[in-house]
Amino acid sequence: MAKFLGRRLLYLLPVLLAVTLLTFLVASLLPGDLATTILGDQATPEKVAALRAEMGLDLPIWQRYGIWLWGVLHGDLGRSFRTGETVWAAVTARLPVSLELMVIGVVLSLVIAIPLAILCAVKSGTALDRFFTGLAFGKLSLPNYMVAILLIYLFAVELNWLPATGWVPFAEDPLANLRSFILPAVTLAFAEWPVLMRVLRSDMIATLQEDYIAMAKAKGLRPARILLVHALKPSSLTLVTVAGINIGRLIGGALIVETIFALPGIGRLLVGAIYARDFIILQGVVLFVAAGFVVVNFIVDMLYAVLDPRIRHGRA
Amino acid sequence: MSAPLLSVEGITVDLPTPRGPLRAVDGVDLTLAPGSTLGIVGESGCGKTMLSRAILQLLPKRAKLGGRIMFAGRDLVTLQPEELRRLRGPELAVVFQDPMTSLNPVLTIGTQIVETLQAHLGMDTVTAMRRGVELLAAVGIPAPEQRLRQYPHQLSGGMRQRVAIAIALSCEPKLLIADEPTTALDVTVQAQILDLLAREQQRRHMAMILITHDLGVVAGRTDEVAVMYAGRVVERAPTPKLFTRMRMPYTEALLAAIPKLDSPPHTPLPAIAGRPPDQTRPLKGCSFEPRCRYADDHCRSAKPPLADPERAGGLFACWHPL
Repeated sequence: MAKFLGRRLLYLLPVLLAVTLLTFLVASLLPGDLATTILGDQATPEKVAALRAEMGLDLPIWQRYGIWLWGVLHGDLGRSFRTGETVWAAVTARLPVSLELMVIGVVLSLVIAIPLAILCAVKSGTALDRFFTGLAFGKLSLPNYMVAILLIYLFAVELNWLPATGWVPFAEDPLANLRSFILPAVTLAFAEWPVLMRVLRSDMIATLQEDYIAMAKAKGLRPARILLVHALKPSSLTLVTVAGINIGRLIGGALIVETIFALPGIGRLLVGAIYARDFIILQGVVLFVAAGFVVVNFIVDMLYAVLDPRIRHGRA
Repeated sequence: MSAPLLSVEGITVDLPTPRGPLRAVDGVDLTLAPGSTLGIVGESGCGKTMLSRAILQLLPKRAKLGGRIMFAGRDLVTLQPEELRRLRGPELAVVFQDPMTSLNPVLTIGTQIVETLQAHLGMDTVTAMRRGVELLAAVGIPAPEQRLRQYPHQLSGGMRQRVAIAIALSCEPKLLIADEPTTALDVTVQAQILDLLAREQQRRHMAMILITHDLGVVAGRTDEVAVMYAGRVVERAPTPKLFTRMRMPYTEALLAAIPKLDSPPHTPLPAIAGRPPDQTRPLKGCSFEPRCRYADDHCRSAKPPLADPERAGGLFACWHPL
């Protein structure tokens, strides 16, 4: 177990290196110059050159990456060129918002997807199954921002039940905070459930053909126990994988949802950093997201072992 | 003979295929007295497994079932799902062919035994666990307390089949259907498992249907044997009678295909030439006719009924009995 954990952590390093290097390269390809952006169009070339030298922007890219990496290895993620805010402070201030959105959204999507998948698997081939798989397919082809805008129109503009924007810190007013998360989380859940439902449905259909399900029926177990204990557990490996990938992605914030609903999360930080050519913030966020992704994948691997004892013992 | 425990009347099973419906079971009648053993023998695809699934009401969803299956006074075909559920376990149990796939890989042996006891006998977990240990010990599993906490993949094939038998026996069923219970096991383990089944059957006065493709398996262990071919029973007789005087050429061919220990090395093994008929295109005459060395025109034009024309105590479906 410890060996497995150690191997995983070792695997994390090259991933993080590759991801940050790629971000550095791509970011440096962005048109426009940070010094000019900060000083404005009217600045003299001398002033711009001076600022570039001060920020190290005149150095070759590999040197700049080296300096940044050296800082990271010493626990210094750097600070924003523009606001002077440290990366650490910027990320930790916005992380709770993205995490709250992610948790509510993912739970909601599972709550929709799992019962529907079980229902469709049991009734596979019937009109009911075709209706819900068709619905899921239709939803898959509907973009996220459309759902967001439709939800805002219906619940915020027409019915005036929920706020479309206006995030409130949890500490200030927990209820208002939760209310401000309902529409964004529902939008997220709407995007996630069709995929989850479809993978679980097809795995479940395969599992229901297994001998051990016939055996469970022959033992005279109640249908609920057969479905929820005998069939759901061995069918949920793909579901866990897909949900894990989605969670990993959502750690980086849901860019579109956060932007539309004006939630101050990681996604908005990232978008802001790109617009402002704030490389250090951008690098920091990417590093953080990549690490989060790897950690989530690690947890997913652990979950496999929890769900399937054969994996557990294969590694022991 | 007492009132039958199981009486199967005119069972048909049709499976949809791209080439039209396939009649997997074609009008089978069987009766089984309490405590007795019936062997069902036939080669792969003869419908023996479909017949057992029909009795268990575990046919694939697409399959169409006809006929009546009277079990302890109830027709299983028309039984409500909840009534059927209560029946399975305490009255009707099954041991499947492959213990590698019939136990749930993600649940412990203990869970899989205990849940059955709890579902039918209303035991609390501690009592059920204790009963589980007794059951595992009864089927010859060493260190049963430890096994309860293990998963199926940690046990050998023979041990898994013993677990499956323990589960099947857990609620003291009146009828056990063993569908090729030893086919997936090592030869050395096969006899042990068959002996175990026979012993438990005696002890519990339980009826058993033993399904196999091996005439040797049913020889010493059954009261009656039904030989199936192409979805029909082609010969049915008390076991001693069948082996002393078989009437159906197919049964003879099956028996000839068993390797004999006393034949000299390199003796060619007699095989039944040809293949079973395509059951989506039923033959007009006897379904064994294309492979039968006694066949004539009469066999091609008329299907022989399963009957006992000589009142000798054995049924057979053949125009030219041996």
